Amino acid sequence: MEKQLLRLTVNGQEYELYINPKTLLVEAIRDHIGLIGTKRGCDTVSCGACTVMIDGASVKSCSVLAMQAEGAQITTIEGLEKNGKLAPIQKAFLDHGSYQCGFCAPGMIMSAQALLNENPAPTEWEIREGIEGNICRCTGYNSIVRAIDATAKGKYAEVKS
Amino acid sequence: MINDFNYLKPGTLEEAFAMYAEHDDCKVICGGQSLLIVMRQGMIAPEYLLDIKHIKELNYIKFDKKDGLKIGATTIHRAIEKSDVIKKNYPVLVAMENKLASIQVRNWGTIGGNIAHADPAGDPAPVLIALKASVKFGGAAGEKTMPLEDFFVDYFETALSKGELVLEIQVPVPEPKTGAAYQKFNLLESDMGVVAAAASVTLNGNGKCKDARIVLGNAGPTPRRIKRAEELLAGKVLNEKLFAEAGKIASEDCEPVADIHASEEHRRHILGVLTKRMLQKAFDEAKA
Repeated sequence: MEKQLLRLTVNGQEYELYINPKTLLVEAIRDHIGLIGTKRGCDTVSCGACTVMIDGASVKSCSVLAMQAEGAQITTIEGLEKNGKLAPIQKAFLDHGSYQCGFCAPGMIMSAQALLNENPAPTEWEIREGIEGNICRCTGYNSIVRAIDATAKGKYAEVKS
Repeated sequence: MINDFNYLKPGTLEEAFAMYAEHDDCKVICGGQSLLIVMRQGMIAPEYLLDIKHIKELNYIKFDKKDGLKIGATTIHRAIEKSDVIKKNYPVLVAMENKLASIQVRNWGTIGGNIAHADPAGDPAPVLIALKASVKFGGAAGEKTMPLEDFFVDYFETALSKGELVLEIQVPVPEPKTGAAYQKFNLLESDMGVVAAAASVTLNGNGKCKDARIVLGNAGPTPRRIKRAEELLAGKVLNEKLFAEAGKIASEDCEPVADIHASEEHRRHILGVLTKRMLQKAFDEAKA
């Protein structure tokens, strides 16, 4: 096995990693780059805690080789915040009590953001479908759906100053 | 824990063929949504991993009224789900993709990878076989095309020889008055099916059944056509009683395993029910 040089772009910043090619994207993000907002849950493509975006599409980073993300724009939960301000979806999660233990939240929010990017005005059913790949073991789904709905309805839109 | 491997990343299909032919103990990864799981479990530990995910030559959806649908192997599930041309001409494929795992998996996993992995619980194969699909595969030595139903040999085994890749899925244009349906039975929405059934029905001008296909998923080592039930329906005026009889045959002519999710008996029962329902649904669509 030869270690390989990998250039990754995470949240707009470029990183050069020298890694074993079996390194998973979640390991590159957490263990090599040090962005630990992305969680490692089931490790079997089931729970969605490790959800990040690759070129705007949500994927489970526990089941993507880091090498496969070369040249792509990766967005993690840390990348949603702009200039020290939380993204609307993050504020909505806080307001609606959508965090209980909080473990699913980073993945849940990335799925929610990917949904809203694609469909800015989802129905409740579309919201539920949008987070189908994310499990909340506190079962706080209703508050999560309410937070996404409130964001879609523009209640957390940035006030332009 | 994934075993160490050497990572090969060809830039073109030609390079991929050459690399695959050159390296023994080499496994192909595309989306890896199934492969990385079995690698993590230590079930396979290849020395080389050939990554074809980025090969653009195999990423396409084409359709014309004569040749039908052609989907390149590295096309992601989500692209199939969102394709207008597939929605219009093969709505059952969109419905199947919509229930395949979760959005994240469909955003990265590919149709070629799914077919090559040959998991008997995979969603696309039963539907594609019901639609009379073929698969094109090959390597440096050349290409061949065969009906998809002949491609699956055993659990996780296919007709692929050393150095060969799945290249394209081909689906003919459905005949007029054809309907198709697919449903899986599972406990969690984004889980694999405990069992599944796909059916297609084509009617003659006189309303009798010209042709029917019944394909079961996770009902044996490979996707399984229930030819005895298909023959029962051919040439007949279809009705609920015939569908129930076909369902009974389906529950007899399968060989599902028993595991933590369901006993063999339970699986046979559900396969019978799903077969009956899918035939009815396909028939209703064919009549419409």
